[in-house]
Amino acid sequence: MSTVEERVKKIVCEQLGVKESEVQNSSSFVEDLGADSLDTVELVMALEEEFETEIPDEEAEKLGSVQNAIDYIVAHT
Amino acid sequence: MSLEGKVALVTGATRGIGQAIAHELAKQGAEVVGTATSAEGAEAITSGLKAAGYKGYGIVMNVAEPDSIEAGLKQVAEQSGAPLILVNNAGITRDNLLMRLKDEDWSAVLETNLSSVYRTSKAVLRGMAKARWGRIINISSVVAGMGNAGQGNYCAAKAGVEGFTRSLAKEMSNRGITANCVAPGFIDTDMTKKLDDKQREAMLEIIPAGRLGEPGEVASVVAFLTSDGAAYVTGETIHVNGGMYMG
Repeated sequence: MSTVEERVKKIVCEQLGVKESEVQNSSSFVEDLGADSLDTVELVMALEEEFETEIPDEEAEKLGSVQNAIDYIVAHT
Repeated sequence: MSLEGKVALVTGATRGIGQAIAHELAKQGAEVVGTATSAEGAEAITSGLKAAGYKGYGIVMNVAEPDSIEAGLKQVAEQSGAPLILVNNAGITRDNLLMRLKDEDWSAVLETNLSSVYRTSKAVLRGMAKARWGRIINISSVVAGMGNAGQGNYCAAKAGVEGFTRSLAKEMSNRGITANCVAPGFIDTDMTKKLDDKQREAMLEIIPAGRLGEPGEVASVVAFLTSDGAAYVTGETIHVNGGMYMG
């Protein structure tokens, strides 16, 4: 079973079309990984599906980096 | 057939233009789900498609009610999968001169003809974004551009739909999802049968083609917009009106 971190990074790679080596925990989706606003919406949707949870819009807006997403998932699933 | 394997949702498919669109898309190979506001209407859609030898069925959905839209889309997702084609056709008229127009007639037309388009579009986008392919076609009206005395509510709603469609096109085009409007002029349907002879005569005078359009002549344009050949057409309004208004 993969860890939350591995699963989050896998989704980030799939959604944003970036290589695994480019994705660090500190990576910002927009500034480091080149996500546009629609990419970030889709990323949140993909995370919701992977972890079978619903991320409220006000929380989703705060998920700016890979680490933010990992922390959120760990705290809420 | 070009739409083989795709699910198409057509709102307001019991009769008129919606019915013609449902049948045309089914003819192109799509599995068509048509919506009606009553169980009898939904059954009529199912039997109509079946009689023509097409794949698809009718469901009950009132596009003016958010809960009803949600329930209907859930049913479609479970029964057929995510619709990659959405045709927002359902519409009503509550005509009156502005000085006599009631709040409830304004609201009813805006809810059914405009807010519904926002809701259904939003609901299908996730599936389309995942598939990196989608077609949203909103049925507008020639009066969105022209204006029409006695139809302030209807014109406002339809012009709103066109503006909404352009925004949607800008947001989603890089995901392979196009959004367009088809704006019919006077088409021979129950909606135009309500007009009296005098109104009908006055209408024909301003239509260069000299006749009303057929529902199938709107449906064929919708079918074009769903095709892969129309992949680069987005944010556009195509008029189907026999030349009465050219934008």
